Amino acid sequence: MTAIEARGLRKTFGSTIALDSIDLRVEEGRILGIIGPNGAGKTTALNAILGLTSYQGELTVLGRNPWTERDLLMRDVSFIADVAVLPRWMRVSQILDYVSGVHPRFRRAKAEAFLTKTTIKRSSKIRELSKGMVTQLHLALVMAIDAKLLVLDEPTLGLDLLYRKQFYDSLLNDYFDRTRTIVVTTHQVEEIQDVLTDLMFIDRGRIALTCSMEEFESRYLEVIVLPEHVAAARALGPLHERQVFGRSILLFDHADRQQLTAIGDVRTPGIADLFVAVMGNQPGEIR
Amino acid sequence: MSEQSSVVPESAAASLAALQAPRPMYWSVRRELWENRSIYVAPLLVAAVVMFGFVISTIGMPHRRRSTVLLPPAQQHAAIAMPFDMAAAMLVVTAFVIGIFYCLDALQGERRDRSILFWKSLPVSDPTTVLAKASIPLVALPALTFVIIVLTQWFMLLWSTAVLLPSGLAGSTWTHFHWFTQSLLVFYCLIVLVLWHAPIYALLLLISSWARRASYLWAVLPPLAIAAVEKIVFNTTYFGSFLKYRLIGGIGEAFIFKAPHSTDSLSRLTPLNFLSTPGLWIGLILAAIFITAAVRLRRDQEPV
Repeated sequence: MTAIEARGLRKTFGSTIALDSIDLRVEEGRILGIIGPNGAGKTTALNAILGLTSYQGELTVLGRNPWTERDLLMRDVSFIADVAVLPRWMRVSQILDYVSGVHPRFRRAKAEAFLTKTTIKRSSKIRELSKGMVTQLHLALVMAIDAKLLVLDEPTLGLDLLYRKQFYDSLLNDYFDRTRTIVVTTHQVEEIQDVLTDLMFIDRGRIALTCSMEEFESRYLEVIVLPEHVAAARALGPLHERQVFGRSILLFDHADRQQLTAIGDVRTPGIADLFVAVMGNQPGEIR
Repeated sequence: MSEQSSVVPESAAASLAALQAPRPMYWSVRRELWENRSIYVAPLLVAAVVMFGFVISTIGMPHRRRSTVLLPPAQQHAAIAMPFDMAAAMLVVTAFVIGIFYCLDALQGERRDRSILFWKSLPVSDPTTVLAKASIPLVALPALTFVIIVLTQWFMLLWSTAVLLPSGLAGSTWTHFHWFTQSLLVFYCLIVLVLWHAPIYALLLLISSWARRASYLWAVLPPLAIAAVEKIVFNTTYFGSFLKYRLIGGIGEAFIFKAPHSTDSLSRLTPLNFLSTPGLWIGLILAAIFITAAVRLRRDQEPV
């Protein structure tokens, strides 16, 4: 089943084009990472998917129109926009009561069990919790919802390393089960590299690259080239070249691994490196 | 856990969902009461102050009551029933003020603190949310005010009875303050006011859903500016009279004051006249339009 399908998805704010006719298809059970610079249109795309913003073009999420059927859609979709959106005046017990009261797919016992593992008190107000605790609470709420699609927009922004690690561990171990679909945007690309099944780069409202992680690993190779082989390596047409500690690192798309092994150490690039190669490539510099 | 719950067949999940039938309206209203405790704290405080003031005023009451009962019946009545009417009036005004401040913040506050993103992540529709918020000034506050007024008046009645009992004048309060008639009057008055003020509350909700900040200024400055411009340009005060009519005109349409009736007699009520006032229906239609617009805006607006 297709979780998200968009055709010609477009959104403008005045004369600014936030999304420029995007085509997108996310199958059920995938974990898609949307990576892009600030202002690339990531949040706009997610907001359209969540029914938070109007758009032009066709968009279907779990078979529904998100703009006209947001309330019905939200029975099957959970999202964490960022850690600051839980109402600060609310008590932990109240937010549990409220979500149990309005959400048909919320399992309160599951949320309670998750909270027991934390130091969060039921009687605390959310404004009294630390940022990490608020994320834990939000995660407890979201993981107790039997949703088909989970959307995370910079979920770990402003969290320390420990909570960030814990966040993705909980998500993968306790939540993801291959029938759910997860869409995540983040700038902390290195921490989701092993989590994702699919990758999408988005820049200035357009999709700059889209591939599965298997494809990513077989398609892109990075070679640390010894100085004497640099000229030979450049002849193979790398996508990008950078210098680290005086050594050249060249990134190749669709290159022959055997050929590359001869000229240096070959490895799978980080998403961040590919991102820089795809986005930061100045025309005419390397290619 | 998650593996188990996710392999539940669709039909079983559906019946489970039916079992745990969500009640978004009920919980949305409760949510408002959790967030805005002033809705019940403020009237209770005012009631406490009124009761305290009344207790103070009963010092020396037997002495004064002896001279009061010598007055003509109409004046007797006015003197004895006056504190009860004052208590009711103060609580009615309190409810109106709370309603105004509540409405001005209701749809702006959630955008200001970005919690709207959390509320919208739950299966609660915009109409449900806005109607739940509108029900606070239109249903919850009047109902609460009614209960508090009745309880306050009962307290005053029993306290004055206790104070006057030794002097044998306790009966004079009961003769002039008929609690049941008075409760009916208060009930009628609250319904009249809420119907009459509905467009005001709805307009304030709309302003709160539209204004990015300073909804209070948006509510106050335009009417002031219109009145000022009208005064300067045409030297008239039609807009001022219009506002005054919308604020207190409903009472004039729903009660008759000049007839020589006893002050708490139900014969002063003119519900048919009130219901046939065009201003009432125009106001209610406007209220519906404003609320519909607020629903649309809540869907379109992003956090501020």
